[in-house]
Amino acid sequence: MDIKDIVKEENLVYKKTPLMTNNVLSYCPGCGHGTAHRIVMEVLEELGAQAETIGVAPVGCSVLAYEFMNIDMIQAAHGRAPAVATGIKRCYPDKYVFTYQGDGDLAAIGTAETIHACNRGENFTIIFINNGIYGMTGGQMAPTTLKGMKTSTSPYGRDLGSMGNPLKITELVAQLPGTYFVTRQAVHTPAAVRKTKKAVRKAFDLQKENKGLCFIEIVSNCNSGWKMSPVKANQWMVENMFPFYPMGDVKVDGQLVIKG
Amino acid sequence: MGELKLMKGNEAIAEAAIREGVDAYFGYPITPQSEVIEYLMMEKPEERTGMVVLQAESELAAINMVYGAAAAGKKVFTSSSSPGISLYQEGISYIAGAELPCVIANVVRGGPGLGTIQPSQADYFQTVKGGGHGDYRLLTLAPASVQEMADFIELGFELAYKYKNPVMILSDGMIGQMMEKVELKEQKPRWTDQEINEMNGSWAAIGKPETRERNIITSLDLDSAKMEQHNHHLQAKYRKMESDEVRFETFNTDDAEYLIVAYGSSARIAQKSLALARAKGIKAGLFRPITLYPFPMKALAELAPLLKGILSVEMSAGQMIEDIKLAVECNVRVEHFGRYGGIIHSPEEVLEALEQKIIGG
Amino acid sequence: MTEEIIIAGFGGQGVLSMGKILAYSGIMQDQEVSWMPSYGPEMRGGTANVTVIVSDERISSPILNFYDTAIILNQQSMDKFESTVKPGGLLLYDPNGITRHPERKDINIYAIEGARLAAEMGNTKIFNMIVLGAYLKLKPIVKLENVILGLKKSLPERYHKLIPMNEAALKAGMENPQEMVSA
Ligand SMILES: Cc1ncc(C[n+]2csc(CCOP(=O)(O)OP(=O)(O)O)c2C)c(N)n1
Repeated sequence: MDIKDIVKEENLVYKKTPLMTNNVLSYCPGCGHGTAHRIVMEVLEELGAQAETIGVAPVGCSVLAYEFMNIDMIQAAHGRAPAVATGIKRCYPDKYVFTYQGDGDLAAIGTAETIHACNRGENFTIIFINNGIYGMTGGQMAPTTLKGMKTSTSPYGRDLGSMGNPLKITELVAQLPGTYFVTRQAVHTPAAVRKTKKAVRKAFDLQKENKGLCFIEIVSNCNSGWKMSPVKANQWMVENMFPFYPMGDVKVDGQLVIKG
Repeated sequence: MGELKLMKGNEAIAEAAIREGVDAYFGYPITPQSEVIEYLMMEKPEERTGMVVLQAESELAAINMVYGAAAAGKKVFTSSSSPGISLYQEGISYIAGAELPCVIANVVRGGPGLGTIQPSQADYFQTVKGGGHGDYRLLTLAPASVQEMADFIELGFELAYKYKNPVMILSDGMIGQMMEKVELKEQKPRWTDQEINEMNGSWAAIGKPETRERNIITSLDLDSAKMEQHNHHLQAKYRKMESDEVRFETFNTDDAEYLIVAYGSSARIAQKSLALARAKGIKAGLFRPITLYPFPMKALAELAPLLKGILSVEMSAGQMIEDIKLAVECNVRVEHFGRYGGIIHSPEEVLEALEQKIIGG
Repeated sequence: MTEEIIIAGFGGQGVLSMGKILAYSGIMQDQEVSWMPSYGPEMRGGTANVTVIVSDERISSPILNFYDTAIILNQQSMDKFESTVKPGGLLLYDPNGITRHPERKDINIYAIEGARLAAEMGNTKIFNMIVLGAYLKLKPIVKLENVILGLKKSLPERYHKLIPMNEAALKAGMENPQEMVSA
């Protein structure tokens, strides 16, 4: 059989959303950023929202998100995306607005902006990629780096005494009255991808209903920064990140989820 | 001779800080200078000398950690690169206003905004003309080699304490990332609490004993008359720096008809251009300011009458050229050449600019 | 003596560390050295290059447009740097993965089958030392004993057991450069 016999319209089972550009992703092979981008763009395609959406790209590996997401985007200074998004959303309350941020961007340099946007209940969506490290700058310690985890600025492992504790910013923002839907997901398996996509869809639907800030953490990997093969990195993530950053909803309909 | 090592500029400045007996380093990762904090973390300075090293949550936090430690009389160092240094500006203004000593290194990258991570010299204005608010000045040292990255730590702290003023070491991605041979100084002991008390006890906030008045570190005075007095005092200090602390280096200026003025990386590149020019029989010289503030105004003014033209070479759209023009009071033709936005000019390009803009122009 | 060298290839081929060992070797024999890398968020498989200068005199510009020697380890680097070798200079390359061989007639061109030899010796990590050996055979700017000293200086203590293997690689390289006559 020739490849041409297979590549036919009637055999099509999956197609790249036109809301992703044709640019080659700059992410390392195996990185979760690409999948997370795709999910957000597929949801916006389903909503038919390309013309009504403004995205905010952070500083981090996803600084070039605007090269891949086929929508109008604004590139913000390191950590300031929630403030930039506030500026946009307050002027265009009927548009979809979201930020896409890494853990360094959102939970270190941008903590103040994150907390205050959440506390004000700004009507936009935050997509938060937690890979436990600063990927872009070459693998330094992040606020979410686990205890004992080796990075280039914690070369002997994160020492909680001198470097502080890994920050569960998601649980923290869930405490704030301004957040409406807060959840933690992943994108390492097809099942996880489907769940995450549902959560993203829900967040954008709630944004349309002016319910307040929706916050989606995606626990992800950084095989380059963790110095592991892609497969090993995902295993390591499941074994080490998930116990500390448990999967699932943290706040639904403005109510904290009580886990028992 | 001290220990010889092959090191990156970023590593050399970090090692020099440990050996200087620095008490604390606060910083936040940013390319092209993350090796400073990475090197410090790897070296376990808390075991070597007791030096504190902390990765802050942001540059806003880092510079205020510096403010705190400096206010408490400790020797404190920090480093960042352009976007991070922009965030430092508020803190630097407070530190200058409160007259606190510290050393800050900027390993400059191309801007504006997020720009590029490649080398640039476009932060000259920010460094020597202000950056933060208010009438203040930063003593600015511009290293042109890995050796000077190390050496300017010691010089920087000497000047910082002499004037109770922040000192900026202004380098760029080229000096930060390149490796050269560096001779390291012997380890100095960190100051003991007693030494700090003796040296800085008259002003530092380290706890009030019965025997003295309270030490308050502030840059605020709601009484404008007093604020003006404070500014007079700062200005007098800056005039003293301008008369006593000018540093520069010259190459082949004795018989020079044409002068290249360049600092830091550009001065290194221009040295090669100079050799190429001399090989062609062009009587060129090189003037390298080492202190950018205070700028070597007088020395340049003295050279000017002998010259047919000056080429200012910087990796920017032309910033230092304004100070050169002020120095020579426009008595000589001064032109700018430089690649920017992260591009480094080559020795050949500099020579070509000299020939076209100055000699042929 | 001043030797200005560009070493260029893929990230992961040991381009930067080859330059570093060469620079350290220069220091071991009291010379001035500079090592200036291309830097950036180099993705896996991205290109990497480093300019190394070894000289008896103080080094001026660590960044150059023209080189006495270009050591070239992939096609992109061949396309970029073949033209930057000074007339009469040296171009040393590994033909593995090269689709367009050098064409200049005014320079000396040599090939070293570094990748193949490394595979034959059972360790792809010593590839860069084989290439360095070939270079030093053609331009003995630093003595082998100083390269070994340089290796000791640039490798962390725990890797010193690997030095004999690196020395063997250097020697294998020294025996194998092939002169190429461009077509
Ligand atoms: C003001 C400022 N400080 C520092 C940097 C350098 N910087 C760029 S990305 C980054 C961290 C990114 O980490 P994270 O947000 O976790 O995203 P990731 O790259 O891992 O996706 C830092 C510190 C910068 N660009 N601007």
